[in-house]
Amino acid sequence: MYAYDELDRTLIHERVSEFRDQVKRRLSGELTEDEFKMLRLQNGVYLQLHAYMFRVAIPYGTLSSRQLRQLAHVARRYDRGYGHFTTRQNIQFNWIKLAELPDALADLAEVGIHAMQTSGNNTRNVTSDQWAGVAPGEIEDPRIWSEILRQYTTLHPEFSFLPRKFKFAITASAHDRAAIKVHDIGLRLHRNEQGETGFEVLVGGGLGRTPFIGKSIRPFVHGRDLLSYVEAIMRVYNQYGRRDNIYKARIKILVHELGIERFAQEVEEEWQQIRDGALKLDDAVVEEIRSRFTYPAYEKLAHMPDELRKAAHDPHFEAWRRNSVFPHKVTGYAIVTLSLKPVGGPPGDATADQMDALADLADKYSFGEIRVGHEQNLALPHVARRDLPVLWKALDKIGLATPNVNLVSDIIACPGLDYCSLANARSIPIAQELTRRFANHDTANLIGRLHINISGCINACGHHHVGHIGILGVEKNGEEFYQITIGGRADENAEVGTLIGPAVPYAEVADVIEDIVEAYLALRARPDELFVDTVKRLGVEPFRERVYATR
Amino acid sequence: MTSPLEQKKIKITGPSVVTANRTWDGIVVYRTVAQGWSAELADAAIVRTSDDARTLLAESVADDVGAVGAYIAPVEVEDGGEIRPGNLREQIRSAGVTIGLPVQA
Repeated sequence: MYAYDELDRTLIHERVSEFRDQVKRRLSGELTEDEFKMLRLQNGVYLQLHAYMFRVAIPYGTLSSRQLRQLAHVARRYDRGYGHFTTRQNIQFNWIKLAELPDALADLAEVGIHAMQTSGNNTRNVTSDQWAGVAPGEIEDPRIWSEILRQYTTLHPEFSFLPRKFKFAITASAHDRAAIKVHDIGLRLHRNEQGETGFEVLVGGGLGRTPFIGKSIRPFVHGRDLLSYVEAIMRVYNQYGRRDNIYKARIKILVHELGIERFAQEVEEEWQQIRDGALKLDDAVVEEIRSRFTYPAYEKLAHMPDELRKAAHDPHFEAWRRNSVFPHKVTGYAIVTLSLKPVGGPPGDATADQMDALADLADKYSFGEIRVGHEQNLALPHVARRDLPVLWKALDKIGLATPNVNLVSDIIACPGLDYCSLANARSIPIAQELTRRFANHDTANLIGRLHINISGCINACGHHHVGHIGILGVEKNGEEFYQITIGGRADENAEVGTLIGPAVPYAEVADVIEDIVEAYLALRARPDELFVDTVKRLGVEPFRERVYATR
Repeated sequence: MTSPLEQKKIKITGPSVVTANRTWDGIVVYRTVAQGWSAELADAAIVRTSDDARTLLAESVADDVGAVGAYIAPVEVEDGGEIRPGNLREQIRSAGVTIGLPVQA
């Protein structure tokens, strides 16, 4: 966990007072909605179909048990008893009243949580690997650099009114769990040939109506130069990014239109002017931030304790362990992913009761720490393997032990037309139906790793472009239709999926997905050839034929 | 259901209402004949011409403290006078989400 200093605490509390005054003036009529809109957006407050939606930042997806309990309190006191974890490792509350928002923010500020820059044309919540600091083989904990970026970008005067929103993601592992290639700036921490640690910088990735995979702009930037290099990129974007057309305003469009070589040249020229200035990070600053992260005092434990050996006889436990328990960098410990995708449930939702119970379990079994992943699941990052059987029973009791992590029913979905004012079609009922169709764990395991992503409109909050199967809701003559893409992926080999054919109506979506999965099972070369690899090998045509032959 | 939030040209082809979200709590409201806001669609003022729609919208937008994001939405009026939402988006706004909430009220 990162411990905020006095400056952070003061900033958060001052922000609450400022927003309280803004809300008061809005409700009295002193501020019009036009004047107030930008102010509320800068505090994560949207207006959705039924109510205001309040998006709370969870920097790099790390939460303490105390913070999770406070989120549960906000859900219960100010909302309808649940929250929705998002693909930016944030949490959203869907039913909050504007008049009560300052109190909710004040309650969150007590535990160091805020909603700054969870909306608006500024840098958004810096995301990272939800296994940061505990993943085996990691170069170093990427959250240290995420935190440096968080501090640098928070209320940055030059970058508070960018042409459009701006998103960073950082990974320090060979396997990318942070989807860095579909971010405005993606940072891959690695070592160069001299053994120095630094970043490959990718730029211009993004989804939305014009998806692009990020391009490598510089293979190695030393940590001490990270902020100056990032600033050079953002200055070029701030200067040349389009402000005349919201659909062409993201940096990905600028990089595409200029070309990566020309864009890189502009960045280089800017960087040479500032790289040795105030943004140069000296080791002491980095160490100061590093020192504010606290790590558990791990015990020396056996890899295969008796408790685990005995529990292996229970097939239900084994099904969960094989699916949801992952290797940890410390012997005797494990990372446990908690699926927020129960059969028939809305993806990413957790009730206040679940949050409270999980906070207690985190205290008992994970040194009080919880992580949020962009796949809309949670994780306990420091679980002793001897505790896995008893933890599993406790998680099962609160509905957080569905063994479907990374399987076909572990669906990423945006709120869709049930909540969102931008949506064209519903996402959640499609996801719910699919989880019912693929509820059988044996079948799901037979299918293997398969990511389905659903977006209710072209803004792509459900990241449909990079789903192994992507589902995009569109409107045709007032009816909900869905375009299906296959072959997308968000990892280190990120690709945008390919459309397989005409959109299908709401009632046929689940049947189409079943057809695609059945085609895959028939076409795969081996049982361990993943869906996405079969699509890569064969292309979309065999799947297209299967889906549209009888439609 | 294309978002109506950026309505520019106002041209209606059937009975319509003006809807918005109440400022202090965000709930869905409809403009009434009495120039107020109601949470009940049944209370909504119905307009049938583009000119009347423009007038009702202008008056609604002027009440910036009462409600935000006002726009014109289609409705169906039954023979008995009952008003129904004219598309899925408005059905959902009127009747609520189409899914069970994780916590029942």
